[in-house]
Amino acid sequence: MLRKILIGVAACVALTACSNNSDKAADGKAAAASVQISGAGATFPAPLYAKWAEAQKAETGLALNYQAIGSGGGIKQIKAKTVAFGASDKPLKPEELEADGLAQFPTVIGGVVPIVNLPGVTPGQLKLSGPLLADIFLGTVKKWNDPAIAKVNPGVTLPNLPITVVHRSDGSGTTFLFTSYLTAAAPQWAKVGASDAVAWPTGQGGKGNDGVSGYVKQTPGAIGYVEYAFAKQNSLAHASLQNSAGAFVEPTAESFAAAASGADWTKAPGFYLLLINQPGQNAWPITGATFILVHKAQADAASGKAVLSFVDWAYAKGDTAANDLAYVPLPADLKQLVRASWSTIVGPDGKPVFTPAAQ
Amino acid sequence: MTAVAEAGAQPRAARGAALDRVFEALCFGAATFLLTALGGLVVSLAIGGWPAFERFGFAFFTSATWDPVQEVYGAAGAVAGTLVTASLALLFALPLAFGIAIFLVELCPPVLRRTIGTAVELLAGIPSIVYGMWGLFVFAPWFAKHIQMPIMMSAEPGTIWETITTGVPNGAGILSASVILAIMILPFIAATMRELLLTIPAQVRESAYGLGSTTFEVIRNVSLPFVRTGAIGAVMLGLGRALGETMAVTFIIGNAHGFPTSIFASGSTIASTIANEFAEATGEAHTSSLIALGLVLFLITFAVLALARLLIGRQAHA
Repeated sequence: MLRKILIGVAACVALTACSNNSDKAADGKAAAASVQISGAGATFPAPLYAKWAEAQKAETGLALNYQAIGSGGGIKQIKAKTVAFGASDKPLKPEELEADGLAQFPTVIGGVVPIVNLPGVTPGQLKLSGPLLADIFLGTVKKWNDPAIAKVNPGVTLPNLPITVVHRSDGSGTTFLFTSYLTAAAPQWAKVGASDAVAWPTGQGGKGNDGVSGYVKQTPGAIGYVEYAFAKQNSLAHASLQNSAGAFVEPTAESFAAAASGADWTKAPGFYLLLINQPGQNAWPITGATFILVHKAQADAASGKAVLSFVDWAYAKGDTAANDLAYVPLPADLKQLVRASWSTIVGPDGKPVFTPAAQ
Repeated sequence: MTAVAEAGAQPRAARGAALDRVFEALCFGAATFLLTALGGLVVSLAIGGWPAFERFGFAFFTSATWDPVQEVYGAAGAVAGTLVTASLALLFALPLAFGIAIFLVELCPPVLRRTIGTAVELLAGIPSIVYGMWGLFVFAPWFAKHIQMPIMMSAEPGTIWETITTGVPNGAGILSASVILAIMILPFIAATMRELLLTIPAQVRESAYGLGSTTFEVIRNVSLPFVRTGAIGAVMLGLGRALGETMAVTFIIGNAHGFPTSIFASGSTIASTIANEFAEATGEAHTSSLIALGLVLFLITFAVLALARLLIGRQAHA
């Protein structure tokens, strides 16, 4: 009986799948460009890429198959040329790009936000500096009422609670950005270093953003760090951070945009730039872009063109979707800079595969 | 008359023999296919993990350092975490599983038998990620409040009891991971045990009752010895699953590298370390260390199964 039902279900699925396919084919023909591009990599921008892809499919017929397998996987796959583009939260250094003949450019901006669970302290009320954050994550500052924390938080009643450090257990671009910030802001962090997974001196590891926020919510006195978009969507209690101008800022779309616009991308070959500790009174100190990687020499000009036109469309019309999902769009001048860089991505005939229309 | 019958029987026998050969070949093929796949797996794990063994030597097994920045890796912490959580899980699950199986077969009123049996089997069908999420968001807070905190607060400062019960009071750590694992392997052991107990011929049990034995005596002296060999297999099946369980453990074990020093401390297992880091591992030392960890897990599982075989063999001869 069960078997019959299963067979029936399988048959139905198969039938609908077939009819869907034929629908898609028909749509594709109608919309002239029935190109399918494949990408793989970072999980952080995956929801946004999916949204952009959906909108573009309706408009231009361009279909994107994006697999959110993680930045490391994305880098491996583009090097192996199994996908049309790779995506990574961790930019490759210019010499690495050179070695594999890759071009790299940012698509959207995000950042990392420290989240806390402190009874009696309202979100954003707790202020922390880079060195203080490093001492907490090193385990040298162990209690919330430590004089070092009290000094930068006058007027805040800090509880006599042990500090529980929560970090990501899985390798992640979020960890890379966070530890890069600690390395830049605090000399004592040098012994741990910056990478997408590090040897944490103390604390617990939660899997993914939800694992970290789960531990933080359940542990009074806990501090962790998550993606800005995740913190915003889940209204997590964040801490304010001191930026390089000495001001304490809150993580908002404006402070991320301030960090992005303060940066000088023209002096960053291969767009290798972490937006850490950027100048500006309002700049959020742990900001970073997520990147797309493509081969400079495209064996299949049509697929290279499709990837670049996908990004071109996203730059032109994708900002609303990005804002809706709590990502921060790139500043206009940076978009122009990226578009100009595409002249180095060429097809087998040596000509650029895609020339963006003048904006 | 007889000649006709013989002539008819001859081709039938020949056909049967031919079919038998095909059947034997198919079975042989199935068995060797599995062996080849297994062999291939071991070889590819060994090749993939070789750079790590070459680079760190024996220290890979004895060091608990796991530092992706300095590219220094040692498996000892993860191996310890794996062995401790799996053994604790078995310790918790075993009495419960035996209790369930014995109740279902020997004592349960027929009305309840089906319901409880189905419930146990349903437990086995829940995906491990669900156990992980439930463990993190429901079980851990409850565990922290009702088990961990009372134990931690009752520990005298300065005693060894305090050392082995220190930890973050949020319910994540070695002990809670073991409890979740116990719940996960419980249905496997219980269901296998039930099937085993059902194979006992009714006469054997009834004779024992006829001799005036109590229920407890029948179970202890007749039923359990009868299924002893199979029971060891059932337990090892559960242990094997506990050793390799990934997602649920990753969510609740706290994911700290290094040796766990207390039952509430965060730790890591081989499977959770691989699940956490493989997707983002780019360097050769990192990737090959993770693959080498996989090989170590394979060897541990193999050792457990071999031990089970050895025990079963001894029982069979006794």
